[in-house]
Amino acid sequence: MEKSWPAVDYEVGREKIREFVEAVQERHAIHIDPKAARKAGFRDLVAPPMFAVVYTHRSLWPAIEDPEVGIDLSKMLHVGQDFRWSAPVCAGDVITTETELADVQEGRKKATYTFESRAHNDRGDETVHATWTMMVLGG
Amino acid sequence: MAKTGNPVPDLRVLPDRFLPHRYAGASGDFNPIHVDPESARALGQPSNILHGLYMMTVMARAVAEVGDGDPRRLKRLAVEFKAPGFPEKELSVQGRVREVEDGVAQVEAKLVQDGGDVVEGKAEVSAKA
Repeated sequence: MEKSWPAVDYEVGREKIREFVEAVQERHAIHIDPKAARKAGFRDLVAPPMFAVVYTHRSLWPAIEDPEVGIDLSKMLHVGQDFRWSAPVCAGDVITTETELADVQEGRKKATYTFESRAHNDRGDETVHATWTMMVLGG
Repeated sequence: MAKTGNPVPDLRVLPDRFLPHRYAGASGDFNPIHVDPESARALGQPSNILHGLYMMTVMARAVAEVGDGDPRRLKRLAVEFKAPGFPEKELSVQGRVREVEDGVAQVEAKLVQDGGDVVEGKAEVSAKA
């Protein structure tokens, strides 16, 4: 089965970046201080690479929870993740993400679902290409 | 610039008891297995488990150090989640530069807790931002 879902927008806020940075204990000044970010040549506070999780979340979950895909969430394990980053993401950006179910491998005791998310900013530059691999145990 | 065989600089973190709750709020992933010890036990875990993507942020920070800590130089990180990680136990990153080609360091790393590998990863770190 292959399926894609409508694109979803996410507006990146300064305080959301700060909340994420605090939770994961990032230390680089460009993620904390807008002045340091501007001095380094950015428009505003820079999101750390793994912030891609936050802005793609809204696009990924409708795919994972789609009854047509049919994943039993209580039996789902996140077994693999691949992020390929390009343009940096800054506070004030609007990021648009599209997710598709790229592959399903069904075995006797488990099934593996591969979702691909591609995100771009409001200038049309790709910010991340994410591959999510989910294993669902049981029949 | 990193050279072949260079180690990933040492990074050790101790996720506290409430780290999964703060990461849940920051990321939007409130799966009970991460925030509720009772739900986690019902699913066969000894306690609530760390978010895999949180553990990946620890690895991302460590491998970015190969590019002098500049997050712009981290171009790719691909991981496999091998085993659950738990709060209140130290996580450490071990890794090395496998090769450098065209200004991009190919890095292999693993995240270790209690002597076992919980995450294995491969990263690409560029010489330029």
